[in-house]
Amino acid sequence: MNQKYLIPLTTVFLLFLVAYTGVEGAGMQWFFGIVFPYLAVLAFLIGFVVKVMGWAASAVPFRIPTTCGQQKSLPWIKQNCIDNPDTASGVFVRMVLEIFLFRSLFRNTKAAFNRNVSNRLSYSWEIFLWLGALAFHYSFLVVLLRHFRFFTSPVPSCLTWLEYFDGIVQLGLPGLFLSGVVLLAATLFLLGRRIFDAKVTYISQAADYFPLFLIIGIAATGIAMRYFTKVDIIGIKTLTMGLATFAPVIPEGVGGLFYGHVFMVSVLFAYFPASKLMHAGGVFLSPTRNMANNTRAKRHVNPWDYDVDVHTYEQYEDHFREKMIEAGLPVDKKE
Amino acid sequence: MSDELTPDEALNKIDYRPGSGNWMDTTKSVQIRPGMYCYAAKAESVETLGLPNARSWNPLDDDWKLPENWQQIIHEGIKVRLERFRTFKIFMDVCVRCGACADKCHFFLGTGDPKNMPVLRAELLRSVYRNDFTTAGKVLSKIPGGARLGGGRPLTLDVLKEMWYYFFQCTECRRCSVFCPYGIDTAEITIMARELFNLIGLNIDWIATPVSNCYQTGNHLGIQPHAFKDMLDFFVEDIEEITGVNCEPSYQKKGADILFITPSGDVFADPGTYTCQGYLILFKYLKDKYNLDVTWSTYASEGGNFGFFTSHETMKRLNAKMYLEAKRLGVKWILGGECGHMWRVINQYMDTMNGPADFMEVPVNPITGTVFENARSTKMVHICEFTADLIKHGKLELDKSRNANRIVTFHDSCNPARGMGLLDEPRYVIENVCDSFYEMPPNTIREQTFCCGSGAGLNAGENMELRMAGALPRANALKHVHEKYGVNTLATICAIDRAALSTLCEYWVPEAEVYGIHEMVGNALILPGETNRTQDLRMEPLPGFEEEEE
Repeated sequence: MNQKYLIPLTTVFLLFLVAYTGVEGAGMQWFFGIVFPYLAVLAFLIGFVVKVMGWAASAVPFRIPTTCGQQKSLPWIKQNCIDNPDTASGVFVRMVLEIFLFRSLFRNTKAAFNRNVSNRLSYSWEIFLWLGALAFHYSFLVVLLRHFRFFTSPVPSCLTWLEYFDGIVQLGLPGLFLSGVVLLAATLFLLGRRIFDAKVTYISQAADYFPLFLIIGIAATGIAMRYFTKVDIIGIKTLTMGLATFAPVIPEGVGGLFYGHVFMVSVLFAYFPASKLMHAGGVFLSPTRNMANNTRAKRHVNPWDYDVDVHTYEQYEDHFREKMIEAGLPVDKKE
Repeated sequence: MSDELTPDEALNKIDYRPGSGNWMDTTKSVQIRPGMYCYAAKAESVETLGLPNARSWNPLDDDWKLPENWQQIIHEGIKVRLERFRTFKIFMDVCVRCGACADKCHFFLGTGDPKNMPVLRAELLRSVYRNDFTTAGKVLSKIPGGARLGGGRPLTLDVLKEMWYYFFQCTECRRCSVFCPYGIDTAEITIMARELFNLIGLNIDWIATPVSNCYQTGNHLGIQPHAFKDMLDFFVEDIEEITGVNCEPSYQKKGADILFITPSGDVFADPGTYTCQGYLILFKYLKDKYNLDVTWSTYASEGGNFGFFTSHETMKRLNAKMYLEAKRLGVKWILGGECGHMWRVINQYMDTMNGPADFMEVPVNPITGTVFENARSTKMVHICEFTADLIKHGKLELDKSRNANRIVTFHDSCNPARGMGLLDEPRYVIENVCDSFYEMPPNTIREQTFCCGSGAGLNAGENMELRMAGALPRANALKHVHEKYGVNTLATICAIDRAALSTLCEYWVPEAEVYGIHEMVGNALILPGETNRTQDLRMEPLPGFEEEEE
């Protein structure tokens, strides 16, 4: 059972060690700092596009949205235009809320059965998964955006603003970025659910633990570099700018910790398209969410529709004619 | 189970903490247990539609008499469906196993069986998909222990049996889909799985025989045309006894205004029969008052569509009759009765499968002038939309006091709720035909409604333990309003519900009875020239006439 998380955990440790020793021991900076990151980004881009194109290549034969509110019906009945949209604009709002605010997850409830006292099943609002997921995704986004400072020169002012707000608590030196802390905390929460909630433990696969450990590793090494072990930030920027301008160079004096960090990030990129992380693309294409509930008003065409055998009225009447006549039911042919 | 397991014993079995085992250890966990599965499809029913591998077989046997190359058939079947259904492909790929759906399924809430968590039900098939169709899965399956690490399983007979067992423990109610952050719809996955099973002849009889009946005879119950008319004649007599008015309908009348199609359960099984009498009364009223001509058909005498639980193709073959008959009779549009999955088929599939229905007119209620814009293309209107429109325009004379003894709550049927959004129309009708209406708790109604536990073809007798377990969340909410407000009537707009909820009530809440909405309409509607009614459609005394009876 626990090999489901021990193996991913060990793998993430090994990945870090491979890069660390590869750099510190074997001097393979060029591989972990240049070759692998390029390959990983390439794998990510190609993999992502191939996967999404693959989904898009599959047909959408029927319009089957999950309706979560009142349909468009009689003029005096109030429609729920967002949860049961019949127009493209309604669908747009539904998708925006789904993608940016995880609306469906927001509805989450927790069921409890109170045996012997009331014998009542009760459902309470369960907001923590939603909060955890939202905190995780948004802090990750901010962290990701902040890192663009390493790939731009001069750093655009919007990034400076982002850093200003991210560091608004003005704690410590270098100033604490909230996003990093929230990211680590949210990831640990999501991991905690998987380990301690029996239902979630039961459904979890190694593929659920691996990205969590990987992201924890990335966040931990990142935090370590910023706040605890001082790294050569000028050297790092030389390397990253080299990557961004396709003129890669390996600077002196950047240690294994940084290469471990970069390697784990690269692994995450490469792993992304082959994994469940592709929900990031899938959510846009999910036919139960991105379609209008208006098939009765507007015909939807199935691209692979084919003719089928049906039992016609003529066959039916031939079969039952006598009985129908006897019962006084109308028939097309009298004999 | 009603014989074997008391409600109390059933409640004792519920435990939401799954064991510590690995669900992928299939052989240990597949135990097809009596009370939880439905009997296998009879060979002759499978033959009617020319579906594959018709034979007699028994799920409890080791040998399921599968075709030799069944693995290849399933593999090819999955491949084709991944190309044909974007839903299937995306739902196989994007689940993150967050667990939001886990405790949303009525079967999980009623049984505590972890494989009834929607995510795990889907994972049964997803594990095969991962093993056979993803690059990672194919690579991992070559390393010892790799398949397992990647969550993949080769399609063995045990895996197949386990899938069969659990995909026939899903009623395609879509409740989990409401909560899924990616809209993953287990109903869709179950539909695919059942299509795959049908490729190798693994249907259940409670689906296959109704499908065969519907194809040949016109309806699920296999009621032949003369018998169908006999049954309605019988209702006509009863109504005449109660109201003094002859409500005889017309059959396959060419040039009628409207063709009416309802599930055959309403013609055959109590308490749906009373709903059917309600329709007859309504149509008689509209005929006498407004000269509206509604006709019934014995050929298209089935609103429901168990083909939907078999395969998309079978669904299309059964559904075709509605348009064929409307065209033959030359009606202006079609009116559909109270039914659950029938309305998901009509709302989300019919026009695409068997349209365009350009031989009919855009539905207009000739009495009120209302254009049913939402049915502009499909040309089929739900009777609750129709009746609500009539009531709103003051076109029906209703005596609410005849339903005064009914303290009502409304059960949203899964498909009209989550595959259509018909939520406020039935409530509007109820509020206009009776005085006491109370909602069940908010997490158990509307888009969050709980299934009756017997939908999607699982309304058989042999799986009663499963059905009553699946019915628990609905029953529990009903019991709550029964205790709080004295609710004695569970109103619903689904023929399967009318049968299934009656069993549910008997088992869990014996004090409540199940009513169709149009039964209450039939009770309240004042027919021109009717006698002073003293009985309701169940021939029980109306409020105020109880003593006279004694």
